[in-house]
Amino acid sequence: MSQTDQEAILDHGDAAPGDEPAGRHEVVEGVLGYLVGLFLAAFITAVAFFIAGTNLVWGPSIPLALVVLAIAQIGVHLVFFIHITTGPDNANNVLALAFGVLIVMLILVGSLWIMTTLSQNMAPMGM
Amino acid sequence: MTAFEAGAGYGGQNRGGGAGITFGGGSEPLVSHADGTLASRRIIVGYGFWIFLLSDIVMFSAFFATYAVLSGETAGGPSGKDLFNLTNVAIETACLLISSFTCGIATIGARARQALMYYGGMAATFVFGAGFLFIEIHEFVGMIAQGAGPSRSAFLSAFFTLVGCHGVHVTLGLLWLLTMVAQVFAKGYRPDILRRVLCFGLFWHTLDIIWVAIFTVVYLLGAG
Repeated sequence: MSQTDQEAILDHGDAAPGDEPAGRHEVVEGVLGYLVGLFLAAFITAVAFFIAGTNLVWGPSIPLALVVLAIAQIGVHLVFFIHITTGPDNANNVLALAFGVLIVMLILVGSLWIMTTLSQNMAPMGM
Repeated sequence: MTAFEAGAGYGGQNRGGGAGITFGGGSEPLVSHADGTLASRRIIVGYGFWIFLLSDIVMFSAFFATYAVLSGETAGGPSGKDLFNLTNVAIETACLLISSFTCGIATIGARARQALMYYGGMAATFVFGAGFLFIEIHEFVGMIAQGAGPSRSAFLSAFFTLVGCHGVHVTLGLLWLLTMVAQVFAKGYRPDILRRVLCFGLFWHTLDIIWVAIFTVVYLLGAG
């Protein structure tokens, strides 16, 4: 059994959300991780602000592109800042996150679905 | 070797045992299971706070749904296109992103007990967080001054509720930040203080994640 495995077992095979995976407590390595996250997030943000005001791409595609970019950036934040990984030490954190995402999607999609359908079925208000 | 010592030696390898009962081994004393399979307090506290943050995100999702439903209901008043200044929003976004980065640096500094990294990171986080808050309050005051306050239309009610709620979170985060600086200064890098620093870091990073959704849904989609 390697030294890293021993450290992981001392933490009982789990990692707290926000903590680096076991055996990765080097300062330089940690700072590099945050730098990569900062760079990626800044890049995606710049693309989003550029796309929002450009005529270069087909207009109706812009909202979808912005939503995709936002989801990508949230993924970058989760991985590089909150250190959510796919490793076995993060299984509990990922499951809690998955449940949160499920509820968020139910609230968002459900509200928008019901309310747009409702508006379509309402008589015009005569504005 | 007493039974207790044998248990302490084996305890760590009992991961995945769930209830702590090992079939096959059979000779381990019960005390080792509680010793070996309970997660450390850092993981329990961090996980509990993670669940709180997810419930906070669920609360924000309700505000987002409200905003999305009401964003077109301007009641003849100004729309997002008339009100939003994307340059300001870009500066706010940069402030919050950089503060998220420096908060990460401070977290590393706390774990490595490097005073310069911790205090420097926290100071930078405070400066950029306060900068964000200043621009946001300035924007709100300007909107209210030109008659576009929260009572003007359903759109503006939803806007001020959603963005204001995030602003309140940032304000509380700044107060918490100062508390953590004071606690580390007064009590040192004790494990319980470090757990609070971990939770503060999670809180601050989550605020940035919510801001990503706000600048996309409210400002970029609203101004486009």
